[in-house]
Amino acid sequence: MTPLAISAATLTTALGAGNAATLDALQAQRSGLAPVRFLDCPLPTWTGEVDGVDAAALPVSLAEFDCRNNRLAWLGLQQDDFLDAVAAARVRWGAKRVGVFLGTSTSGLLQTELAYRHRQPDGALPADFHYGATQNTYSLAAFVARALALDGPSWVVSTACSSSAKVFGNAARLIAAGLIDAAVVGGVDSLCLTTLYGFNSLELLSSDICRPWDAARNGLSIGEAAAFALIEREHADRSSAPSGWLLGVGESNDGYHMSTPHPEGAGAIAAMRAALADAQLQPGDIDYINLHGTATPSNDASESRAVGRVFGPATPCSSTKGATGHTLGAAGGVEAAIALLAMRHSLLPAGLNVLQPDADLQVDYLAENRHAPVRRVFSNSFGFGGSNACLVLGGVA
Amino acid sequence: MSGLTVWVQGVGLLGPGLSSWATALEVLRGTQAHVFTPTVLPPPARLPPAERRRAGATVKLALAVADEAVTHAQIDPRALATVFTSSSCEGVNCHLLCETLATPAPMVSPTRFTNSVHNAASGCWHIAVASRAASTSLCAFDGSFGAGLIEAATSVFASGQPVLLVASDSPYPEPLHAARPLPDHFGVALLLAPAPGPTSLAALTIELTGTAPPAAGCADASLEALRRAIPAAAVLPLLVALARGEVATGVAIDCPPTMGLRLHVEPVDQAAMAEAL
Repeated sequence: MTPLAISAATLTTALGAGNAATLDALQAQRSGLAPVRFLDCPLPTWTGEVDGVDAAALPVSLAEFDCRNNRLAWLGLQQDDFLDAVAAARVRWGAKRVGVFLGTSTSGLLQTELAYRHRQPDGALPADFHYGATQNTYSLAAFVARALALDGPSWVVSTACSSSAKVFGNAARLIAAGLIDAAVVGGVDSLCLTTLYGFNSLELLSSDICRPWDAARNGLSIGEAAAFALIEREHADRSSAPSGWLLGVGESNDGYHMSTPHPEGAGAIAAMRAALADAQLQPGDIDYINLHGTATPSNDASESRAVGRVFGPATPCSSTKGATGHTLGAAGGVEAAIALLAMRHSLLPAGLNVLQPDADLQVDYLAENRHAPVRRVFSNSFGFGGSNACLVLGGVA
Repeated sequence: MSGLTVWVQGVGLLGPGLSSWATALEVLRGTQAHVFTPTVLPPPARLPPAERRRAGATVKLALAVADEAVTHAQIDPRALATVFTSSSCEGVNCHLLCETLATPAPMVSPTRFTNSVHNAASGCWHIAVASRAASTSLCAFDGSFGAGLIEAATSVFASGQPVLLVASDSPYPEPLHAARPLPDHFGVALLLAPAPGPTSLAALTIELTGTAPPAAGCADASLEALRRAIPAAAVLPLLVALARGEVATGVAIDCPPTMGLRLHVEPVDQAAMAEAL
């Protein structure tokens, strides 16, 4: 693909709101995870809950979209002058030429879960329940498009935990086809009961803090996050350097099992090779790999084999989910934003919470932060339904 | 005209009174009136037994239309990229999960949770046909068909390969039905290719005009009611044009209102195509 400028990027996770808070936590190798507090959930697990979501009231004109997921989106949009960057793109290209493609797995489903706790005597949901603006998967993109006054094509990609990596591909394809000139991409997923109890039912939740790449890892910690990036066709009147570049996107499906990755990572290998080919790069051109690294025994084992097959054992890599938790449909966007921070600040972030490295996982996993120039980052996102998406991102020289 | 052009190589259809593309041609051509009879979902024959048992309505619906389209197009699905789009989710599954989660000590079924993802139909199809090709799953509420069509057409353009588009919607049970009243199941699949081939029905050119035209309607009142009631049935004006084999210009498709998606349908003369090939 033709490289596309990422004019602005921001993320809000359990590490804090915005790029600076995230960078501080990464530099300090600090995790945002804590024993679950959300809705008095009695499950023995840790979560990456974002502070201040409930206080992020939506503008009155957008009140119909009010739910935790859209509050988190609104909180995320306020950071790092992202609104100003989008406003400039809207002026530059026109509102109809800027798309909105966002990933989420559960959107505002929490609103429905809570409505089911307050059904009326005849079984009906409470009168103030708004399906389309909250529960519906598209609610997130509808809200963000309205909040940013963008009139280009908009949709949600919902392919579980690869969702917000795949949206970079949507933007690249629509720009290449000439349908749009710019797009807001990213993802938002927020804590809800379906994912907490659902992953618990599959015995994929750790009762401890999650420990990607640890020999005794036993599951994930769910996080929540909002991450956004503004992608633009290159233009002459750029007043400041972009945050980075989108160099390649690779997508595949396992065609193997709904909730278990292919043991040899066959689909993941296909997606990784497709991303490198799209970027016209060789494995040796990559300075750091941000792994999917959920900390379930099978995920990390499968990913390690796949990364080893494509890159060999020498490329430094880590999972940042020990810091943020697994933010599900927002993970691809979060980790793309972390990749941009890594390149800008010459930081290869450590994988946190490893007590005893797993000797069977044969890649160069970063036990401590490393400070070195990072020109190109590779980011993996894999999800239920066998969905795989990989991104290649470039820094600003 | 400007815009993206793809060729429609195969169609799958299943909805109320529309039991397949092949059997719906008379209704779509207007030589037979549409009658609303409830959709009957066939068991997903392509799935392995374990997945077949677990398959809910959305999986059965999507796989049925996908199957008809690839058979119609005479294409091997193992290397075929796919775009699934739906305004909703597996409604019964969602309802039962929410009901369980409203109890004091929820015991969630792991299978139910796994199948609650929006890309369940995509995952099942790729398992069924053993395909590692790329697949995505979209939602744009009432504009989900249009979003899927744009995504599929740009994927054909980017890859130079055929792409299978599957748009489907299934109703929720009460109490969610009252909040989102979809009257029945409706699914459509279109096999879109970068160049004409032996099974090509028509060239389809896609344009984003940026203004919201009133959506094209259907002359048959019962089909028109269906188009208005189920998001995936936004495809019906396109299917009418394909079935009639007539040139249709500026067919406006319901989309998030600001897209202004318009289609130009140019039928392929299959006899001339066969001769040329």
